[in-house]
Amino acid sequence: MTTIREWQVGQSLPEVTLSPVSRLDLIKYAGASGDYNPIHTIDEEAKKAGLPGIIAHGMWTMGNLAKLFTPYYEEGFVQDYFVRFQSMVFLNDIITLKATVKEKDDKTIRFAVAAVNQHGKEVVKGEAVFSLYE
Amino acid sequence: MYQDDIGKRSEKVKNVVERGAVKKFAEAIGDLNPIYWDEETGKRSRYGRNIAPPTFPRVFDYGVIEGLKLPPKGLIHGEQRFRYERPLFVGEELYCYAEVKDYYEKQSSMGQLGFLIIANNGEDTNGNLLFTSTSTIIINEAVRKAMSV
Repeated sequence: MTTIREWQVGQSLPEVTLSPVSRLDLIKYAGASGDYNPIHTIDEEAKKAGLPGIIAHGMWTMGNLAKLFTPYYEEGFVQDYFVRFQSMVFLNDIITLKATVKEKDDKTIRFAVAAVNQHGKEVVKGEAVFSLYE
Repeated sequence: MYQDDIGKRSEKVKNVVERGAVKKFAEAIGDLNPIYWDEETGKRSRYGRNIAPPTFPRVFDYGVIEGLKLPPKGLIHGEQRFRYERPLFVGEELYCYAEVKDYYEKQSSMGQLGFLIIANNGEDTNGNLLFTSTSTIIINEAVRKAMSV
């Protein structure tokens, strides 16, 4: 397996494209996280809130995005992870997860991270600092 | 309207990084890596045990900030940050609390928006800070007005 230390500034971790967002994905996340805000699971509630339909929890997308780093836990850990929720994620959207090395030194690798929808729009955008063990 | 709440905190609440909850959460974010749930993989890892995904602190109980009244509907999660000293271990006990860090308003094309910054903290049993999860919550004018009625 490749090590995270080998990645150079400008290079990207392998992208991951998720299956189209389903209602079951969001019901599962509601149950696992305890966030039962009904705009994420019930159509009428989403419409009452002025939305065209249910939307994904921002934290669902943020949680998914972090998995790009999961294969590298033997080398370090996610020390700092920041995102801005820029745009809504709707049912059947196809989300692609991306991380590109921005800066690197002996102890940390700083990544630009993003979740992008099928129209090329960044729905979640931010930064992750991966701290390397000695 | 939340300026007076800045600095308020909840009482610390004991939480456990529960094995079943970690697996269920990892599954819900499509990240069923064995480091989160398989005991053998955990034992062989540098951590000697299983760990939790970085966004897992969403599930903890941070207690109630006395006097902070949030609207039940219409809140927008604008930004989120997680900061760690180390990954969280499955099975460990944590003491968690919430704090109002800041509140300010800004004029935007959607009217006067309120930005409420809440920090959710987790400490180990010796009182060492392990993580801070900071949320920026956007509260628009209509939602604020509905609250002050």
